[in-house]
Amino acid sequence: MPMDLKAYIIRRLILTIFVLFGVLVITFFLSHVIPADPIGAILGPQAPPELVDKIKHEWGFDKPLHEQFIDYIWRVLHGDLGKSIRTNRAVLTDILSFFPATIELATAALIVGILMGIPLGVISALKKDSIIDQLARVFVIAGVSTPVFWLGLVFLIIFYYWLGWLPGPGRLDPFISLPPRITGLLLLDSLISGRLDAFWNGIKHLVMPSIVLGWYAAAGIARITRSSILEVLRQEHVRTARAKGLKERLVILRHVLRNALIPTITVIGITYGGLLEGAVLTETIFAWPGLGRYASGAFLYLDFLAVMGVTLFIAIIYSVVNLIVDIIYTYLDPRIRYR
Amino acid sequence: MKKEEGEEKAKEVIVSSDFRLMLRLFLRSPTSLTGIIIVLILIVLAIIGPYIAPYDPYLQNIDERLKPPNWKHLCGTDQLGRDIFSRILYGCRISLSIAILVVLVSTSIGLILGLISGYLGGIVDEVLMRITDMFFAFPRLILAMAVAAALGPGLYNVMFSIATVSWPVYARLVRACVLQIKNETYIEAARAIGASRLRIMFKHILPMVIHAIIVQSTLDMGGVILLAAGLGFLGLGAPPPTPEWGVMVSEGRMYIRAQWWVSTFPGLAIFLAALGFNLLGDGLRDVLDVKERRE
Repeated sequence: MPMDLKAYIIRRLILTIFVLFGVLVITFFLSHVIPADPIGAILGPQAPPELVDKIKHEWGFDKPLHEQFIDYIWRVLHGDLGKSIRTNRAVLTDILSFFPATIELATAALIVGILMGIPLGVISALKKDSIIDQLARVFVIAGVSTPVFWLGLVFLIIFYYWLGWLPGPGRLDPFISLPPRITGLLLLDSLISGRLDAFWNGIKHLVMPSIVLGWYAAAGIARITRSSILEVLRQEHVRTARAKGLKERLVILRHVLRNALIPTITVIGITYGGLLEGAVLTETIFAWPGLGRYASGAFLYLDFLAVMGVTLFIAIIYSVVNLIVDIIYTYLDPRIRYR
Repeated sequence: MKKEEGEEKAKEVIVSSDFRLMLRLFLRSPTSLTGIIIVLILIVLAIIGPYIAPYDPYLQNIDERLKPPNWKHLCGTDQLGRDIFSRILYGCRISLSIAILVVLVSTSIGLILGLISGYLGGIVDEVLMRITDMFFAFPRLILAMAVAAALGPGLYNVMFSIATVSWPVYARLVRACVLQIKNETYIEAARAIGASRLRIMFKHILPMVIHAIIVQSTLDMGGVILLAAGLGFLGLGAPPPTPEWGVMVSEGRMYIRAQWWVSTFPGLAIFLAALGFNLLGDGLRDVLDVKERRE
């Protein structure tokens, strides 16, 4: 590994840690300007004041803000995100139990996005300005303009209620028992335990949410693929390859696509982080037991330790994904001079 | 990465312009035309919508509840017998004002901070950029949800929460533009004849940044409309009975099995509004960007 790459990675790591500290400050600050009081929400307005005081004391709400913050950081560093008021379990336990479903959904959506996005981008770049290019462009822009929660509902109306082709919300049909939880990834677990019925049913349940989310992912992938292919096509080495009489197909495959896909890989990485966001809305529609659904519940119920925990967790994932993507990018494309 | 993206955008967009050529190119593209038509219709509806709406958007009529689309109710009625078409018309004004206000506020904040950051450089730049880093560590919706949950429901709180997550993009973009042009000869010349920093920033650099801002904010209008609707849908945005599109989709969720129209039409409105701004922004980017200008 070259020295400057190592230095770059170290610098990015330090920056990431610093940013995550900032994230803690922001989430903590936010959860403490919540005007509604969570204890009142749980205990109801008629709760005796002694009980309220007792709980406040138990949860450390009666301490000064800066002490609460220091306590919080200390606990976070020990992996303790506190206890959810809503589920009465440790927030970290909650997060870890809901996260695999989100990974499964996001990965499936990303695969859909790649399968739609790359071919679309390639075709519209090669047939630049043709009617196909125009249509692909509209398709892509429509993808980023569609409210995922609405598309989810429309899909349910058409493919579940009207046509009955695909199963409704949830990860499995109610009469199919869950495979034993090994990784938490339902498809993987059912394969490991040889439950093919659960596997197929799980796939069918994945189709709608992953297409809804995947269309959105396809948009960014197609756009960057198109523009980076156009960029590469203008370069000297392509002209050389053509001049020496190489067949057009080989020029495209060997000299254009290979170079053009580097920026696409970065966008794929960033998209993966961004799918976490789309997952919040998609999971709500499809009753998908993932982190997004857990998060929206926590936000609605002002379950503030869960809010802080989820936000922090997502920010960590997001930052780490961005970090990895940056590193892969600099590694793949030696022309990039890292700062 | 995002920093580089910003600089890429800056490079794409800072182009000295031949206005008539750009207009011709713009109008030649069917997608841009569609975009601008949709946006114009939206603006007109936002202004006159309440006057042409056939019903009061809050008027409940239990006898007419959950009626499918018909000549009396073009988009049908919802669970309280309210006319969905009228509610969509009223919602247009809400969504558009959210989008315009949010984009105005976040553009101004981003513009000022970006100019300062790019032009002054040094420690000020470092601090400001690290602050934007922190905001970029969150997916936009998640942070907006957190802010909205903290503030409680309400239209102004929605705007505030979305603006909170929107300004960093502009700050980055403007900063990248400034860095690119700050060492141009004409800036140096201005400095040499003794123009003040403030004067250089606003008189000489600002006009060059405007292109980039126009493209970004047009595309952002679509994004803000989606974000506001998403918050409304999750119950973190405008409180019901407000005829906000996201809230309306959410209210119709219970009825999608048999009464598909309750959710479908408001959602279609969100889609069309976002589509209009995105098509327009995409067309503008094409025209303002020489590298990809279609020959």
